Amino acid sequence: MDNLLKAIFSAEFVYSIIRVTTPLLFAGLAALIANKGGVLHIAYEGIMVTAAFCGVVGSAYSQSLLVGLLSGLAGGLLISFLLGYFSLILRADRTLTGIALNTFASGGTVFMLYVLTNDKGLSTSLNSLTFPIVNIPIIKNIPILGTALSGHNVLTYVSFICVFLVFVVLYKTPFGLRIRTVGENEDAASSVGVKVIRVKFITLLISGAIASLGGVYMSMGYLSWFARDMIAGRGFMGIAAQNLGGEPLSTMIAALFFGLANALSNVLQTLNIPAEFVQVIPYVATLIGLAAYSGSMKRNKINKKS
Amino acid sequence: MARNILSMEDITKVYPNGFVANKNVNLSVNEGEIHALIGENGAGKSTLMKILFGVEKADEGKILLNGEEIQIDNPNVAIGHGIGMVHQHFMLVPSLTVAENVVVGMEPKTNGFFSMEKTIKITKEASELYNFKVDPRSKIKDLTVGMKQKVEILKALVRGAKILILDEPTAVLTPQETTELFKELKGLKEKGYTIIFISHKLNEIIELCDRITIMRDGKIVGVEKVGKITEQDISRMMVGRDIILEVIKEKAKPKQPVLNIQNIIKYSTPEKKILNDVSFIVRSGEILGIAGVEGNGQKELSEIITGMDESYDGEISINDTNIKKLSIRDIRELGVSHISEDRMTYGIVGDGTIAENMISDRYYKKKYQKGFLLNFEKIKKESKELIEMFNVKCDGHKQPINMLSGGNMQKVVAAREFTSGSTLVIANQPTRGIDVGASSFIRNKLIELRDQGDAILLISADLNEVLEVSDSLIVMNNGEIAAYFEDAKLVNEDELGEYMLGLKRMTDEEIRRVADVK
Repeated sequence: MDNLLKAIFSAEFVYSIIRVTTPLLFAGLAALIANKGGVLHIAYEGIMVTAAFCGVVGSAYSQSLLVGLLSGLAGGLLISFLLGYFSLILRADRTLTGIALNTFASGGTVFMLYVLTNDKGLSTSLNSLTFPIVNIPIIKNIPILGTALSGHNVLTYVSFICVFLVFVVLYKTPFGLRIRTVGENEDAASSVGVKVIRVKFITLLISGAIASLGGVYMSMGYLSWFARDMIAGRGFMGIAAQNLGGEPLSTMIAALFFGLANALSNVLQTLNIPAEFVQVIPYVATLIGLAAYSGSMKRNKINKKS
Repeated sequence: MARNILSMEDITKVYPNGFVANKNVNLSVNEGEIHALIGENGAGKSTLMKILFGVEKADEGKILLNGEEIQIDNPNVAIGHGIGMVHQHFMLVPSLTVAENVVVGMEPKTNGFFSMEKTIKITKEASELYNFKVDPRSKIKDLTVGMKQKVEILKALVRGAKILILDEPTAVLTPQETTELFKELKGLKEKGYTIIFISHKLNEIIELCDRITIMRDGKIVGVEKVGKITEQDISRMMVGRDIILEVIKEKAKPKQPVLNIQNIIKYSTPEKKILNDVSFIVRSGEILGIAGVEGNGQKELSEIITGMDESYDGEISINDTNIKKLSIRDIRELGVSHISEDRMTYGIVGDGTIAENMISDRYYKKKYQKGFLLNFEKIKKESKELIEMFNVKCDGHKQPINMLSGGNMQKVVAAREFTSGSTLVIANQPTRGIDVGASSFIRNKLIELRDQGDAILLISADLNEVLEVSDSLIVMNNGEIAAYFEDAKLVNEDELGEYMLGLKRMTDEEIRRVADVK
């Protein structure tokens, strides 16, 4: 028990929270911007796993980080584009399309992995690259704070910068106003000549690009290889985080909460508790978070009515 | 001196279902006038304005702006030509501020970024210029209806509208808000704006407008200068009847009260009463008609009686049972049948078959069940009988109901509602939008049910129908009963129009007679 407390109340634990929060934050921000534009969907798993795979393959064959990043983005955007094409242009149901794309991405990446490496599980035989660690000057020398905040993967910092960027896009650009208008009242938007479908499609692609960064981080930062279904529900936790948060900053806080649950489960795994039980923690935390949230929404609604 | 700014010439619009909404309509609007477009529901005002704003396309006719022919294919083009529309249902985003709503689609920028500062400035300047008191920073969801409407008008003005179309703008406003709106509209007129004002409230039009175009049944029946025409003339032109329906029926022999409504009050918003102290009685063996322009509380009334709306004050009893705490099924079990005015939402299940729709109010009863399953033999037999009895034109009881025409759909609804063993029938716009044959069939069925001893409440915007089918008649205006005629046969149409449009009101004693147990 002493060991456990020591492990939790340490700078290293904070470091690991931030580390595991990164993909959740990317997914959360992606879901947030999509929700603001009225195109929230469930294909983040598919987008992220495709981006993770394409990033590994791109970097392995080119030995260039930039090419790896770009191919990861391209893979994720392809899934987003398909989702947009099917749901916005052909008017298919967005949820069903999302399920189809998730299944497709999960199977497709394993298939391509097998074609390229003869392995159905891991990409360790590919010599793929990872994004570098960044040490922040000055901060890195401060005890505790330095350990917790410095020395993260560059994409981790990018994810927190994205909180700010998403805020700027939504609230400080003309297009952001259109996203919010379309998301809340399509008729209002089209009555003043805003092209609703186009705004929705672009929103989907922006959202897809952010989620792709989360996918790339998984295989080129968090781990240094691609593993089948390695997103493991992080896309869905992202959706939950935006649902709890609702705005960029609060989505970040919600993502950190889920990150805490993830990190906790990682620490507990070193103890003599059954691993399966511990691994459940982040998902249970998500459920509790959502239940608490919808409970509070209900109360709000009742208050409003009376 | 008056210069024509806009004219619509020979506009004809036929909807795909064959309904002629506009027939050779000519509308001419002068620069700087407030032009009223008046007519009953379904007279074609909204269609005409939709054509002008590019929402609908006319089959024939042309639109001239400043003497030049223009094509308006979509609202953007209309806005580009300086035509703005304030819809009855606001096109606003509740969680955004007033200013954001005003500029969306034409956002001001500084260095490529959205400039809130300029947005506020634009909105503020516009509201000061036109003397509209709105705070650019407040959120739409916190505003009153009247304020929201101002934002809509501002939106159009900021986009450069010179001609403003207002679709029944006062329908949602309190009297104070209406007064304020009129002040603002007069201000706009002084600044040279042209306003097309759609309404069916005569007093408002007399107060506000310069000229008036009156529509009825998709045609223009008169264009007059306000002041050269009396309210009575307008009312007669609006509601005058072309065809007299022949409905054969014997004199009613009313017996005991079935529906007893006392002092019903219902708020649509915290400030506005949509039903204000409505009381009446419907007796077994009589048809009580409710005449009135739509939106004067009839819909709310029928929803309250049938249990679909439980938030009201006052007492309602059906066959001496108070219905306040009863569920919709309980109320139906008391013997209430309901033809809703919204057939597609409350009348039918579009994807279901004819048979399924016919038993949807009674499927749970023992005789329609066989163990845990439905008794399909019984359902088949009964629906076939009903199809025969109500003369539904279809391919069989298993045909999906949405393959039928409106008239046949309504016959299916009638087949269900008129055979449920009712003692009270609430028929709200029972023949709306359906063909002549089906309409007269349903009217005759209502009379048949009356003769069998049912109490019938007939709510209809169709004057022919409500005058011919009803035995007694009440007129609703502004959420209140404005008149009661014990014998619908003796009603003078011109007088009826005046009651409907709020020009006249009977004394409380005269009205109260409808709610007295005799």
